[in-house]
Amino acid sequence: MIDKVREHLSQNEPLLFERSSPGKRAYQLPALEVPAVDPAEALGAENVRPEIEGFPEVSEVEAIRHFTRLSTWNYAIDHGMYPLGSCTMKYNPRINELVARTEALAWAHPYQPEALAQGCMEVMARLEAALAEITGMDAVTLQPAAGAHGELTGILLIRALLQQRGNPRRKILIPDSAHGTNPATAAIAGYAVENIKSSESGVLDVAALEQLVTEDVAALMVTNPNTLGVFEENIIHAAEILHAKGAMLYMDGANMNALVGIARPGDFGVDVMHLNLHKTFSTPHGGGGPGAGPVAVKAALEPFLPAPRLKRSGKRWTYDYKRKHSIGRVKAFYGNFGVLVRALAYILAHGGPGLRNATVDAVLNAVYIRKKLEPYYDLPYPAPNMHEVVFSDERQARHGVRTGDLAKRLIDYGFHPYTVSFPLIVHGALMIEPTETEGKMEIDQFIDAMISIAHEAETDPHIIKTAPHGTRTSRVDEVAAARRPVLRWKPA
Amino acid sequence: MVPENLRYTKEHEWLLVEGQTGTIGITDHAQEELGDIVYVDLPRVGAHLTQSSPLGSVESVKAVSEIYSPASGEVTEVNPALADAPEKLNEDPYGAGWLVKLKLVDPAQNTGLMTAAEYQAYIGAEK
Amino acid sequence: MRYLPKSDSERRAMLEACGVAEADELFAHLPEAVRLRRPLALDPGISEYEIVQYFRDRAAENANGYASFLGAGVYRHYRPVLVDTVVARGEFLTSYTPYQAEISQGTLTAIFEFQTMLCQLTGMDVANASMYDGSTAVPEAAMMAVRATGKGRVLIARSVHPEYREVLHTYARHQGMPVTEFGFVPEAGTIDLEDLDRKLDGLTAAVIIQSPNFFGIVDQVKAAAELAHSKGALLIVVFTEAVSLGIVEPPVDADIVAGELQSFAISPSYGGPYAGILAVKEKLIRQMPGRLVGQSTDTHGNRAFCLTLATREQHIRREKATSNICTNQALIALMATVFMTVYGKEGLRELAVQNLSKAHYLAGKLAPRFCGKFFNELVARVDDPDAANKALLKKKIIGGLPLGRFYPELSDSMLLCATEMTTRAEMDALAEVLA
Repeated sequence: MIDKVREHLSQNEPLLFERSSPGKRAYQLPALEVPAVDPAEALGAENVRPEIEGFPEVSEVEAIRHFTRLSTWNYAIDHGMYPLGSCTMKYNPRINELVARTEALAWAHPYQPEALAQGCMEVMARLEAALAEITGMDAVTLQPAAGAHGELTGILLIRALLQQRGNPRRKILIPDSAHGTNPATAAIAGYAVENIKSSESGVLDVAALEQLVTEDVAALMVTNPNTLGVFEENIIHAAEILHAKGAMLYMDGANMNALVGIARPGDFGVDVMHLNLHKTFSTPHGGGGPGAGPVAVKAALEPFLPAPRLKRSGKRWTYDYKRKHSIGRVKAFYGNFGVLVRALAYILAHGGPGLRNATVDAVLNAVYIRKKLEPYYDLPYPAPNMHEVVFSDERQARHGVRTGDLAKRLIDYGFHPYTVSFPLIVHGALMIEPTETEGKMEIDQFIDAMISIAHEAETDPHIIKTAPHGTRTSRVDEVAAARRPVLRWKPA
Repeated sequence: MVPENLRYTKEHEWLLVEGQTGTIGITDHAQEELGDIVYVDLPRVGAHLTQSSPLGSVESVKAVSEIYSPASGEVTEVNPALADAPEKLNEDPYGAGWLVKLKLVDPAQNTGLMTAAEYQAYIGAEK
Repeated sequence: MRYLPKSDSERRAMLEACGVAEADELFAHLPEAVRLRRPLALDPGISEYEIVQYFRDRAAENANGYASFLGAGVYRHYRPVLVDTVVARGEFLTSYTPYQAEISQGTLTAIFEFQTMLCQLTGMDVANASMYDGSTAVPEAAMMAVRATGKGRVLIARSVHPEYREVLHTYARHQGMPVTEFGFVPEAGTIDLEDLDRKLDGLTAAVIIQSPNFFGIVDQVKAAAELAHSKGALLIVVFTEAVSLGIVEPPVDADIVAGELQSFAISPSYGGPYAGILAVKEKLIRQMPGRLVGQSTDTHGNRAFCLTLATREQHIRREKATSNICTNQALIALMATVFMTVYGKEGLRELAVQNLSKAHYLAGKLAPRFCGKFFNELVARVDDPDAANKALLKKKIIGGLPLGRFYPELSDSMLLCATEMTTRAEMDALAEVLA
């Protein structure tokens, strides 16, 4: 019995281009109060474009209907829980949306004179300070636009410091449990990647690390807690091993939701890390972005941070461009300011004690789910988990049902799937992270759904393998989409 | 049973030797493991292949696998059908799904290659 | 706390189910040495009203009620009300990346439409579902060209946005990708084709130009394409003012277009978040980084969309990926999609002509430094740009960008922008001060 969802009619809707008809319009511009120029005269006839062929022509009503109908085909946090491991899909506070639209902040131009941008600069300075306190680091840059961008910045900082010390080194060590952006980033930063296998208990193998860290290794990129949701208990020892050989410890901050107010990366040996503001700090995913990826560093790396840096000059903020050791810019202007506002609003709303309480609830939710599902799903790594838990599909696979199928069946129960097939060290992984903004009722419904599906795997695997059944579209043919890509609409 | 007239590698490629010409493909076992193939990345005509080095890759929706050359030589032909119909690799891996033909450096060279019986045993053991 | 939906009794019940008496026991397995044993040094949480006040106070410390002639990569354009109406919907705002196609058709369909419109606008065959911004789209385009041609050098025009060039230098330094700049012609403000020709060689992977360029001038795309292609290099054309595509001929001779969509209803927001795009000719599609949405069918034969060609991306190829990018600016791209829908085929053209007209009216009152054809930005000669801007501020006008900061040879000039939002009165007042 599925009690969380029931089928109902949703509107169909063609593409904008299929709705269009010449002359329909959704806009009106004010009359021009200066003489209209002839484009051919002003630009030269050869520089004037023909009409934008195929561009939409719809009325305002059709525009609103179009996007509203499309929106009803999506699942979202506002509907219900996303148990996506490592994504930290928590509630996106609406006050954040309101304050981000404060006129003089939303319309501020990055080149506006400093004297007229003090409000923006204060916001950024306040956020830098808060993130430094939360992470236990010495300095923060808000310039990177996303997590992977922050990772690249972090690795470039390491390279710059090592270069100054005489040798940038050649390799970066990455655990086999790492997120794909880690090795991709290392490669872009010009480093070779060497994989380090996790120990049998799923954590960093310090003995293996000891063997692998040579004067050729620039850094170890680690996620803590790791992608199994398990705290790296040997992290301090790992940091010591690295530092002894002049290498650095980079932390991927994707799992900060387990640590805020409980432990600080700066206190356990991390030299540089990035944060995902769209994860721990509640900024909305918006269907895939924007995000922001601030980078926090220890003092030794501060001189290399992207320029400009905020500096106090008497009673005001000013930008310091005289940063001769800086790695340079990683993005134009100062960072995703609109996202930074939302993250600061989140921090202000919780405050110090509140942030810690959020972490406690996040871990409680995940441990509760683990306890309730352990009898039904294989738990490959028995170590205590924090804000997320990873099961495998081993028991269900005996009936021919894999993690991807189970995930699709979860949709029929009214939930977005958990993270499928990641981390790679678990065969057939189910990675579940509820976050703190889920209440007991939603979580109990999730648990009931997962238990029901575990039973279905034994009694009716077919219904799982052909799921989802209640959605607007059934499974989409991804093979055809990749074999013969159609990436835009074209007129018949 | 895998075709008798071919030689096989541990990485599940096959080689057909006809005089100086070699034809390379991937085995039925390989295509089954990969699932529905969506794209094949092959070298250009004239490229020099070295035994055991990657000659290209084959992609399914969710994974990419390198293809390692079973022999050394110069590429003389690349299967034109695969660009539009990569599914041929799934349907007929030993026939229409051939990947490249090459002018072999040493047609008699056998090291690193298994016979049909040896390969059959190898994949039997793998399971 | 209002975002934590558990009552004390529910918490107790859950703790009991976990087999612990107190929440702190959940962290007992952590080594003591890592534990933070003091509260975070942050103020206690505040109410919604106080949060609004905090940001109002910050806003009061910014410019309020000033006219502005700043452009230089970030433009003041009217944001149709439908844009925020649509993106405020929780189904768009709070949804995840559309990896599960069956429950993300809204996002996927909108991105497919976005990809289509970007192709229609730029004249390219394929557009991706957006990069972080225009400035980072440039190094991504350069890296694409290197992969596609197998060559290593990149040439970039000095008339490309200075901060975009800085970002390219940062990325290039670690890729073993030498970057050489070439100049612009002092009278016209367009690229110096002779300088380009001299610097171009058989090892060049790409030539990068911007049009309209940083000075607002429509540049020589065709000529640059011919030169680049003659030496086996690709042409990358950058744009920062998307509205220009409403009237200016798109760069159809380019191999890659890298641009910024901020003009399409994305708030200036002190520098971000924005949305960059990459659009390419068909032959480069497998080298393209970033998300792509493709059309397909579901098991019942209904049209359905899904993410596709994912094997280019980091979560599969890992260190061999075309890029490390994971995010796409989906919500920002949606704002642009709604903007493009509201204005539509005729509206975008009309909007562009209004911009053109406003800027040309302004030019009539000043001394444009370059004779090249321009869209909605121009460089004006001003003896002391800083002093002029000080005087303008007294009239609550933020003047143009003094160029000396980026181009020492142009320190007697400023870059001014006029859009459909700039009024005649503002332009007259500015001209009076600058005269």
